[in-house]
Amino acid sequence: MTRPVRSIATGWLSAPHFAPAVLLIVAYGVVPFAGSDYLLDAVLTPFLALGLAALGLNLLTGYAGQVSLGSAAFLAVGAYAAYNFNLRLHGVSFLMSLMAAGLVTAAVGIIFGLPSLRLRGFYLAVSTLAAQFFVQWALTKFGWFSNNNPSGVIDAPQLTVAGIIFTGAVGRYLFSLTVVVIATLFAIHLLRSQVGRNFIALRDHETAAKVLGVPLLRTKLLAFGVSSFFIGIAGVLWAFAYLRTVEPAGFNLDRSFEILFMIIIGGLASIRGAFLGAAFIVVFPLLLSRLGAALLGNVFDSGVLEMSQRIVIGALIIGLLIAEPRGLIALVDRLAERVLRRSPRPLPRSPQF
Amino acid sequence: MSLVATTGAGAIILARTQERAAAVREADAARPAAEATLVAGVAEPVLRLESVCLSFGGIAALDGIDLTVRQGEIRAIIGPNGAGKSSLLNIVSGLYRPDRGVVWLARERFTHVPTTRLAAHGVARTFQNLALFKGLPVLDNVIMGFVHRRSAGFVRQMLSTREARREEAEARAAAEEVISFLHLGSVKHRLAGGLPYGIQKRVELARALVARPPLLLLDEPLAGVTLGEKQELAAHVRNARDAYGASIVLIEHDIGVVMGLSDRIAVLDYGRKIADGTPEEVRSDQAVIDAYLGVTHEGETERGI
Amino acid sequence: MFDYQFFVEVLVGGLLSGVMYSLVAIGFVLIYKTSGILNFAQGAMLLFAALTFVSLVERGVPFWLSLSATLMIMVGLGITVERTVLRPLVNQSPMTLFMATLGLSYVIEGAAQLLWGTQVHGLDLGIDDVPFELGGVLISRFDLFAAAIAGALVTAFALFFRYTRTGLAFRAVADDQFAALAVGLRLSRVWAAVWTAAGIVALVAGLLWGARLGVQFSLSLVVLKALPVLVLGGFDSVAGAIVGGLLIGAIEKLAEVYIGPFVGGGIEAWAAYVVALGFLLVRPSGLFGQRLVERA
Repeated sequence: MTRPVRSIATGWLSAPHFAPAVLLIVAYGVVPFAGSDYLLDAVLTPFLALGLAALGLNLLTGYAGQVSLGSAAFLAVGAYAAYNFNLRLHGVSFLMSLMAAGLVTAAVGIIFGLPSLRLRGFYLAVSTLAAQFFVQWALTKFGWFSNNNPSGVIDAPQLTVAGIIFTGAVGRYLFSLTVVVIATLFAIHLLRSQVGRNFIALRDHETAAKVLGVPLLRTKLLAFGVSSFFIGIAGVLWAFAYLRTVEPAGFNLDRSFEILFMIIIGGLASIRGAFLGAAFIVVFPLLLSRLGAALLGNVFDSGVLEMSQRIVIGALIIGLLIAEPRGLIALVDRLAERVLRRSPRPLPRSPQF
Repeated sequence: MSLVATTGAGAIILARTQERAAAVREADAARPAAEATLVAGVAEPVLRLESVCLSFGGIAALDGIDLTVRQGEIRAIIGPNGAGKSSLLNIVSGLYRPDRGVVWLARERFTHVPTTRLAAHGVARTFQNLALFKGLPVLDNVIMGFVHRRSAGFVRQMLSTREARREEAEARAAAEEVISFLHLGSVKHRLAGGLPYGIQKRVELARALVARPPLLLLDEPLAGVTLGEKQELAAHVRNARDAYGASIVLIEHDIGVVMGLSDRIAVLDYGRKIADGTPEEVRSDQAVIDAYLGVTHEGETERGI
Repeated sequence: MFDYQFFVEVLVGGLLSGVMYSLVAIGFVLIYKTSGILNFAQGAMLLFAALTFVSLVERGVPFWLSLSATLMIMVGLGITVERTVLRPLVNQSPMTLFMATLGLSYVIEGAAQLLWGTQVHGLDLGIDDVPFELGGVLISRFDLFAAAIAGALVTAFALFFRYTRTGLAFRAVADDQFAALAVGLRLSRVWAAVWTAAGIVALVAGLLWGARLGVQFSLSLVVLKALPVLVLGGFDSVAGAIVGGLLIGAIEKLAEVYIGPFVGGGIEAWAAYVVALGFLLVRPSGLFGQRLVERA
């Protein structure tokens, strides 16, 4: 899919590397210097971690068509695995722990993906809840995972790569940014390969894929594995770069839904959509609380805020599914086209990452 | 010897002898599979069904069907709705398992064809109600037809090893070729799901053809398209046989087109084969006339798989 | 020495709490049977119903008036959902509709608590939860009452489906939507009726669960207990929901008592899922479910 995207894109998108390049320059060259600690710590770092998790879930749900309701479990597996590698294996660099955590999460994801070989649709979606409850239970019950902390809490070690210690808001942000950029490039490469095609084939017409010789079982498990790998890495960022102290309860079902909502809102089967959705879910509560406080004053306490947030997000999901099932990213694309006064195309274009 | 008949639309070659088809294939040196099955000019059948039976919940869908498909022929299976045509294709492609009987694909004997190995056995198929990957561009849909030839696994693909790159380039080149063969060049970067029905049918044909399968199963390739598209698609089917050397089994409702396109026709009714022969023979068969005049309903649709 | 009396006690306790799961599961089955949607908002509806009822009672509204008012509100909710969510999404894939019900559950949960507050309410249905003894086995009076209510509800629905015109329409739609449309059934009306019925089930389940757990946000999480029941029994079978509920309830309690101590307890959270999944791996069509493409 490399060529089609390039060859048909014209005008603003004529250099498909232009926009991402600008984004990267700003992210690396401007934000660390201009952004406040609040922006970096409370907005951008969680955005990066959740964006990566949404990207991982999108590979499984958006591209390969297997709905999962247990993403938070894999975040947790990643976080606790990296913690233990770091704690128990001396002399292993943090980067190695990060990769190993991703691989462990992939393995766990494959195990919980096994029902996909027999089940589909709702039955599969429900079965992924098993991961959600089992992992949370195991992390709380077995002290070993949290180095015998009574409530399963773990404290993150310092982020050290090749002798460089990433401390402070800027350091943690840059570390997250780099991991996310590399992971995203990997995801793009994957989606342009035959494996990526197999994912979409599996989603769009399983019988046809089978007749053509797509190894269905392997493809399904691969989708679970790869998706969990990304989510596991995201879990490391979430726990080590953002929160720095986590407990199993933080990886609850609401978190899983939050990640699912990101890809529904941002756009299924779109890498950019995953990040857009993550940005929305991170920024929206902050905006709503500011707005609520400004309009309603004291009435707008944290309880009311949480409830109105639930209502708005729920309504937004219903509204988007009705009006634009391809998510916010489709709206953004359409808007960009209109702004650039390009005539709408009569036929849909190639998928964009 | 070759038999030429005329229809209202003009002269169309109705049937070809095996020698003629074999000559076409011999010219196509790129296919070792076809050569291997040619024994002293007498090709063994690419597909043979022996007394295949299938029933759903006690109701017989197919009852003792024998069918032979020779090298390079276009073999039509016609019959009224519910006659068992689609079931037959589903048995050959392994989606259904026959209650009794065997399926021979070239020299291999199956009581249940393994669907996942179907493409590796040189069989490709299309579906009655389109089975494209809507979210993939046309080019990638066609490349998917090459998937069974891929041996580079996930890791090698991710590392872009030489083998992975070579396989990707091969598949891409084959896809480009069949895309231009079927005049799909102008839409190859479009998502398949957004294309007009007739074009989607052609894309599905391209995906089935791309790996040059010795046997091609087409489930109502001409259904649901306009008359003009119908003739165009029929020409493509014939070209597919001539240029790609595929033996073709096609299921069709529209008897008129089938008569002009096929070498031999089998007629099913209520799960039994009531006639089998050249279009001429079938046309004048009393059982066929009865079955068609008695049962067929224009515009009825069957539920595909 | 194996204590049989204790075993029976645990078993009976499990079966009775299983009835409570069945009660929630039936709400899902009603909607799934007629529209092919897994309605995740069932738990939120349950919370909404219980919270509305208890808030009315606390504000001094008489019991029966509160009950009928809540009933009317649930009917209104069912019709609103049909108008605003289902109708615009008709012809979308079941998965899209499922995600819409996820969104819906957020809206209903948020609205319920914004309206009635987030504090925990006690709910007293006037049944003493004093256990009584039957053949040496202690049985909870409340559980028995809940089982009786659930039984009555199921019987009522069974009669309704068999003997009324609307029930017949439900079954026709469940069988074949297009055929039902062709013979002139108004899908929108049937769906509104189904969602209303599911709302009533939610009310009953919400009151019983609320009396047991207190009416609060976590009430909506009982949906998570019903899901393995559905997986086990089949999404489209009322009988499956009941038998599945009983099985899950019993197995869960027995596992907690006899296996729990070896792994540190608390396995109730996932034991049901593991049982349901293990069962499906052996028999993919579930207990009573039709052999559907969805799961085969």
